[in-house]
Amino acid sequence: METVVLLTLTGLGLAALYFLVASGLSLVFGLADVLNFAHGLFLGVGAYATWWAAGNLPGAGPDGFGFVVAVAVGVAAGTLVAVLVELVLIRPLYSRTIEQVLVTVGLSLAGVALLQATWGADARPFPRPDWTREVTGVLGAQVPNGGLLLIIAAVLVLGAILAFLRWTRYGLVIRAGVENREMVTALGIDVRKAFTLVFAIGGAAAALAGALGGVYFGTVSPGQGGSLLIFAFIVVVIGGMGSVVGSAYAAVAVGLLQQFVNYYGTSGLGDICVVGLLAAVLLLRPQGIAGKVATA
Amino acid sequence: MTEPILSVEDLSVRIAGLHILQGVSFTVAPTGVTVLLGRNGVGKTTTLRAVVGLTPRNGEVRGAIRMGAQSLLARPTHRLVRGGLGYVPEDRCVFAGLTVAENLRLAERRDTSPAYDKVYALFPELDRRGRQRAGSLSGGQQQMLAIGRVLLNDNRLLLVDEPTKGLAPKVVTEVAEVLERVADSVPVLLVEQNLAVVRRLARDAVVLAVGKVAWTGGARDLLLETALTRSLLGVGSAEVHH
Ligand SMILES: Nc1ncnc2c1ncn2[C@@H]1O[C@H](COP(=O)(O)OP(=O)(O)OP(=O)(O)O)[C@@H](O)[C@H]1O
Ligand SMILES: [Mg+2]
Repeated sequence: METVVLLTLTGLGLAALYFLVASGLSLVFGLADVLNFAHGLFLGVGAYATWWAAGNLPGAGPDGFGFVVAVAVGVAAGTLVAVLVELVLIRPLYSRTIEQVLVTVGLSLAGVALLQATWGADARPFPRPDWTREVTGVLGAQVPNGGLLLIIAAVLVLGAILAFLRWTRYGLVIRAGVENREMVTALGIDVRKAFTLVFAIGGAAAALAGALGGVYFGTVSPGQGGSLLIFAFIVVVIGGMGSVVGSAYAAVAVGLLQQFVNYYGTSGLGDICVVGLLAAVLLLRPQGIAGKVATA
Repeated sequence: MTEPILSVEDLSVRIAGLHILQGVSFTVAPTGVTVLLGRNGVGKTTTLRAVVGLTPRNGEVRGAIRMGAQSLLARPTHRLVRGGLGYVPEDRCVFAGLTVAENLRLAERRDTSPAYDKVYALFPELDRRGRQRAGSLSGGQQQMLAIGRVLLNDNRLLLVDEPTKGLAPKVVTEVAEVLERVADSVPVLLVEQNLAVVRRLARDAVVLAVGKVAWTGGARDLLLETALTRSLLGVGSAEVHH
């Protein structure tokens, strides 16, 4: 029983990480048809900016309010980089898929290389409040607080994104644009502003994943974003391009599957099962769990 | 003769290597309905889309398109629409996942107040069904929504592509009535296959054939000449007098 609870909650922690990365990826793809391979870079920027701020920025630190400031700096940095990437590199290349893939793949490689050149290839200990290293007893299981923090953050981000999509003007434009971008422009709306906005939202969520993932794993390394990105892409495809709720369901499915199979089967089998799940969804329901709808 | 609201000169459109429009020229009068006719696949939709700047990226547009004194070519679609060009696409293209009210709200603009009174007076159904998902509306209701959202703002010219396509005869009449009222205040360039609707609404007609304009003149004159109508549109006189 304890093991099942522990596996469920750590699986959900992993799912939270996937969701934070996948939600932005999914919106960007759903709205702008951009496969953004540089999305992992936003995560890396968030992680390193948090790490740097906690050690160097006055007012920020590894504890208490200082840690909140450090994470805020990380999220701000990730958002800024995402917006710059959209404006400078993606915008001139809309509807040129091959070029976009090349540019974003190149950018993510260059980004990792830059992080490596600046702070080294090795994993570095991540500054984190002491309580995140401790565990909380849930139904007899000893669950790491860092994982619980991730779950809470992901639920809050999910709620915030849904509220934004549901109740704001830009949310309406994004939902409509995911359905039919051309028709949005035919109503007199400059849909490119919404593109920049979804990049910003995606960048912020990924950067938060970077910061809180650093807390969870206890370390930060340049390649972290890349490996997460693969699973995030799988989550996006399973959940349905453009669907935030679909991404949430898919993230939970993938996180739990991975955790349970890796524990009860052999380690690594869980990853293979995830690819199997992807194949099954693609065969049975190619539009993903939720299809191409931004809300449901 | 008054100045036309829209003039299309030597318009040529190539898409994916196909030369779809090969030098199309016509004008649209500043009042009333001008109908654009032609057999299926002749390029009517392509013409409207070129006017509103929606030619696909792999397409190439040449020639001149002017609304009033202003050149429309190479301007982004959202600017053209904000400048008073209303577009009701073929197949309606309402946002199926949004509610009726959300579909309308999307068309609102910051700088002007939306004419909900006018739209709800024309289409009371849209008011009643505000919370219904647009995807679950009937074809006729979707067409009302597609027209209604364009009428929320003031337009200098409306482009309406086959508004009666696939609708039941009774609904066709309703849509035609609405367009008739709309055309009292704003000029319309209409693509329409239903000749009864054409006869009712259109004053001027432009007929396309094989990528060029084959005939222009009064809509009535065209419909009276059954042989001409048959050869240009491929329909019989029975249909004309239907
Ligand atoms: N994006 C595109 N790519 C390739 N060919 C296209 C494209 N759009 C239109 N065409 C072709 O251009 C021609 C004209 O199409 P268009 O839709 O303008 O015709 P239409 O007169 O509106 O026909 P209908 O009465 O059936 O609506 C057709 O042969 C069509 O196949
Ligand atoms: Mg057509």
